[in-house]
Amino acid sequence: MELLDNLALGFSTALLVQNVLYCFVGVLLGTAVGVLPGIGPTATVAMLLPITFSFEPVTALIMLAGIYYGAQYGGSTTAILINLPGESSAAVTALDGHEMARQGRAGAALAAAAIGSFVAGTVATVALAVAAPPLARVALRFGPAEYFSLVLLGLIVSIALARGSTLKALAMIALGVLLGTVGQDIYTGTPRFVFGRRELYGGIDFVSVAVGMFGVAEILRNLENERTRVAVINRVSNLWPTREERRRIVGPILRGTGLGAALGVLPGGGHVLASFTSYAVEKRVSKRRQEFGSGAIEGVAGPESANNAAAQTSFIPLLTLGLPAHPVMALMVGAFIVHGITPGPNVITDQPALFWGLIASMWIGNVLLVLLNLPLIGLWVRMLRIPYQVLFPMIILFAAIGTYSLGFNAYDVYAIVFFGLLGYLLIKCGCEPAPLLLGFVLGPLLEENLRRALIINRGDVTVFVTRPISAVLLALTVAALVVAVLPAIRRRREVVFTEED
Amino acid sequence: MERRRSFPDVLAGGIFVLIGGAFVAGSLGYELGTPLRMGPGAFPLLAGVAVAGLGLAILVKGLVAGEVIAFGPIPWRAVAVIVAALVFFGFTVRGLGFVPASAVTALLTTLASTRVRPLTAVLVAAGLTVAATLIFVVGLQLRIPLWGPWLGF
Repeated sequence: MELLDNLALGFSTALLVQNVLYCFVGVLLGTAVGVLPGIGPTATVAMLLPITFSFEPVTALIMLAGIYYGAQYGGSTTAILINLPGESSAAVTALDGHEMARQGRAGAALAAAAIGSFVAGTVATVALAVAAPPLARVALRFGPAEYFSLVLLGLIVSIALARGSTLKALAMIALGVLLGTVGQDIYTGTPRFVFGRRELYGGIDFVSVAVGMFGVAEILRNLENERTRVAVINRVSNLWPTREERRRIVGPILRGTGLGAALGVLPGGGHVLASFTSYAVEKRVSKRRQEFGSGAIEGVAGPESANNAAAQTSFIPLLTLGLPAHPVMALMVGAFIVHGITPGPNVITDQPALFWGLIASMWIGNVLLVLLNLPLIGLWVRMLRIPYQVLFPMIILFAAIGTYSLGFNAYDVYAIVFFGLLGYLLIKCGCEPAPLLLGFVLGPLLEENLRRALIINRGDVTVFVTRPISAVLLALTVAALVVAVLPAIRRRREVVFTEED
Repeated sequence: MERRRSFPDVLAGGIFVLIGGAFVAGSLGYELGTPLRMGPGAFPLLAGVAVAGLGLAILVKGLVAGEVIAFGPIPWRAVAVIVAALVFFGFTVRGLGFVPASAVTALLTTLASTRVRPLTAVLVAAGLTVAATLIFVVGLQLRIPLWGPWLGF
């Protein structure tokens, strides 16, 4: 069994002392930022990226991945206890989870979320291990024309799934692509849009964009109207669900896992969509439909399993195609590149220990998360009492230090200011920041493959539709665009997102 | 959903048109090349036209049938103080050194909240400076001098 050999290699890497340690640090930090509203995994990964430069590549990636799926886990705690989603995908969990907490069943809700997430994480990790190698083999045959079409498809699908105005999401992607052109041109070396500043020759650092858009802009949003957080439930008792509750969560966990594992592969907020869809499905199939919204444990177990499964499988496009499906994955691309590894189909053959080690670490991380979340729940409850007045100066200061340490370049710090203000203004106007970051990271890939495809094919622009794989991908892109724009489908999509608000 | 003229839409459209237009103008200054060998200006030109075009569409839609979004208040004090704090850090970290730059940045940032009391601000700033020094300089061996040359020792 090739798979078993590979997993054995993975576990022998992931179980090295320093890797387990940093996996633990990652999931611990991830849980912390997931629990705390006002700081998400994107800003955290962006701030911590510079300090992982000195690590072994596999260790760095294990820790960063841990922050990402740890945050999905932690978000549910806040959602259940104080009805505030710590992470966007936990918004649905708050509906029934918080109701349960108000009825004194917070323990059961937390346990259902934790058990569901663990099962989902385990299944999705196996799905990742099984699905990634064949996909990578297909991807190896991709030429520049196929890559161009694939990147385009990824960008368009990411907005078809996002909430809010399609037009604005498209504009944000295009703006991200445009900002990605700042710096030296890859083929001619001509500096573009640098205003004569040597500091800008290397382009704008994506860490600055991420920290600005997801850190600074978010803080400004939160400072708009300051209020003290509502009273936190002080003690959580009776963690273990009753026999009846255990029976009720089996179905939702399994369905949520399947849904999440499938939807997580899609670019854009696959995990958010997964949790919303899972909630809608559970509500439809349940015999106790009227209980939803007033404390149905199925409404916690399903979505939580879905978003955790999606968090794991969203690594599939990154590890097989080199395409990030989520802003955090976009930062992981950066982490790969810093360590001299080009993310894509070659990773699996060139760096098998890293590839399988990362996958195995996710399962270890899920075990650690159960231990962290259930017995230590009191710690997180206490952490929710940290006032925001302490939290946001810490984020700003660490953001400044973190980005400065990227290249000891003050322009990276000024870039946070610029993107913080730009992001804040655009978010206030109803534009989501995630598409911009994806566009920013994928833009250079788009340009490089477009130009390379044209050079190889002697300037013949029809190459994108005459090569079969590329043509199919472009057809899918057009279909996704139609789906995103068509009013009828748009309305149904809005229903999925808003039905429960 | 009620649809009418929307200020946020017009503003967002305007921002996109402005940035897209600026990049278009800039990219015309670079060589555009041919489809076979695209010059450095071609791709930014395409992307810039897309941004400006989409921005225009958002702007026009905002004038006749925009999304109704509450723009909400702007926390001017927080904006000013955080911008000042970050620019101060970027500008002085080399000259003043890690500890003074961090302390001033942290202290300035705490003032962004309208609720903070002076004593709390000083305590938070001091605590964060110590924590940042321990984490980044002692723990992670960041190569930034603790005290910079501007201080003269």
